[in-house]
Amino acid sequence: MLRVENVTHGPVEFSAALLNKFADLVSRYPEGKQKSALLPALHETQAELGWLSVPAMDKVAAYLKIEPIEVYEVASFYTMYFLRPQGKYMLEVCRTGPCCLVGAEKIMDHIEQTLGVKEGDVTADGLFSWRGVECLAACGFGPVLQIGPEYTFYENLTTESVDKLISDLKAKANN
Amino acid sequence: MGRRLLLEHINVPGINTFDVYRSKGGYAAVEKALKTLTPDEVVEEVKKSGLRGRGGAGFPTGMKWSFLAKPEGVPRYLVCNADESEPGTFKDRYLMTHIPHLLIEGMIIASFALGAKTSYIYVRGEMMPQIRILEKAIAEARNAGFLGKNILGTGYDLELYVQPGGGAYICGEETALIESLEGKRGNPRIKPPFPAIAGLYGCPTVVNNVESIAATVPIIRDGGDEYAKIGIGRSTGTKLISASGNLNKPGVYEIELGVPVEEFIYSDEYCGGIANGKRLKAVVAGGSSVPILPANLILKTINNESRLMSYESLSDGGFATGSMMGSGGFIAFDEDQCIVRNTWNFARFYHHESCGQCSPCREGTGWMEKVLHRLEHGHGKLSDMDLLVDVSKKIEGNTICPLGDAAAWPVASAIRHFRDEFEWHVTNPAEAVSRNFGLAHYADPLNKPEEVV
Repeated sequence: MLRVENVTHGPVEFSAALLNKFADLVSRYPEGKQKSALLPALHETQAELGWLSVPAMDKVAAYLKIEPIEVYEVASFYTMYFLRPQGKYMLEVCRTGPCCLVGAEKIMDHIEQTLGVKEGDVTADGLFSWRGVECLAACGFGPVLQIGPEYTFYENLTTESVDKLISDLKAKANN
Repeated sequence: MGRRLLLEHINVPGINTFDVYRSKGGYAAVEKALKTLTPDEVVEEVKKSGLRGRGGAGFPTGMKWSFLAKPEGVPRYLVCNADESEPGTFKDRYLMTHIPHLLIEGMIIASFALGAKTSYIYVRGEMMPQIRILEKAIAEARNAGFLGKNILGTGYDLELYVQPGGGAYICGEETALIESLEGKRGNPRIKPPFPAIAGLYGCPTVVNNVESIAATVPIIRDGGDEYAKIGIGRSTGTKLISASGNLNKPGVYEIELGVPVEEFIYSDEYCGGIANGKRLKAVVAGGSSVPILPANLILKTINNESRLMSYESLSDGGFATGSMMGSGGFIAFDEDQCIVRNTWNFARFYHHESCGQCSPCREGTGWMEKVLHRLEHGHGKLSDMDLLVDVSKKIEGNTICPLGDAAAWPVASAIRHFRDEFEWHVTNPAEAVSRNFGLAHYADPLNKPEEVV
């Protein structure tokens, strides 16, 4: 099982494409207000690296000319940023009231049993993590889950549709 | 069939593209505003329409716009609040997914009215597909000359950007949203100063909900007076309602304000009744933050009048017998649903989403969640209900932002209307723990269900 303590927080390299995205983001704000690019820059960094290590956050801070602590406090405040490695596919199931009214808790139980890992852990093959998240704003189509970094939505879930989704993702990863 | 202003063309194939949207009369309101009206005249039309903020607070939009400070040489900003994450509310996501140009068109009109040269649509980070849809729509509008320099040759310049959030419900609060847009934690600011004086980067700023901004399109197109003719009383126009829970046809509906709640729930035009032939037990009418009402009180006011889908009727009777329109997040509970479990679920949500700045909210939401958890899991005490009410009162009104109220009201109202069910959990702990969710193991909470439906 992959744990954060097993991961070396070594130096990271950002691709040219990522740095180009940073430049585009900074251009959207007034002169001197480049810190506004922090949230989207962290999304882009996470999409490229899979999670936000300390060296990665330090590199973002350097690019935006802000202190590293300003990045840490943001990354640790918002729920979408992963401060430790996750499975390649993170299944985020809405666990809030309206989805629970139509069976979200059963879906979470089923995912836990199917993947064989508890919430927040990573499967042995490194492919999957899952967690319950608060409202995903799709209450009329529940139960729902999403998978980053594209945040594709899957609505009106059943245990059967979850099984198919997981097997499709396994097949996709093996191709 | 009720009149639809926002979703009129929602079923037209390709309406998410500029060309199809334009062919259906899209961007005509922008042309009218920029070519024939002054910014003050646009504000006046919105005032005349009676439009009230569709994000939950219901404050008159035109009045909010007129408060914007206009110091010389200082930029002004319009920020669209698309951080939709109130449990039960999903109308903005629906609108942005299916008819993104309506929001873009509204943003241009509102930015022009406010004198903003740069505007942002702050979209909750989880809505990456919607962010991509909006960015594509913005590019299309720019290519057609509706964004950028010298729009339609009128001399008006506007840059429009989409900003993703990071996953925090609190960023739906306007000052927290501004903090987040500045690249910080989403901690709400103390008001005053209000954003109209010192908002984004300390400059005058208006923050409006997606639906409010979209509604400016039909207002400018048809005129504020025409818009004000729709609806009832001070609840003018149409409203998007997101319906979820145990309904035959959950989804997003555009209603003319004033439709009877009973018609909204049971007619085939809207929700088509309660799923699986069950009876209605309770409704949360305006998103999870508003008080829950039992079936008899959501269908009729205390004076035995039909409850209407309007700001005034839904709040009739105050919190003793009424609720709020809120964001229009309409959650229906059938007779088998457990109010205690749902209240615990909502309490967990608010505990999770509290930013932690104010002690009453930070500590109180966690306390309520713990007590509700033990009640739901068979370890409660009869004194817990009074304790919960006491804690909720100590949170309400004692925090910088309204999240404290939003956390307190669902708990207090659930105990007010369903105290017997909470007591049942205490007196029947084994059943409370062992029951299969979705199956009723307790008495029907409705006194006279045959009179309700």
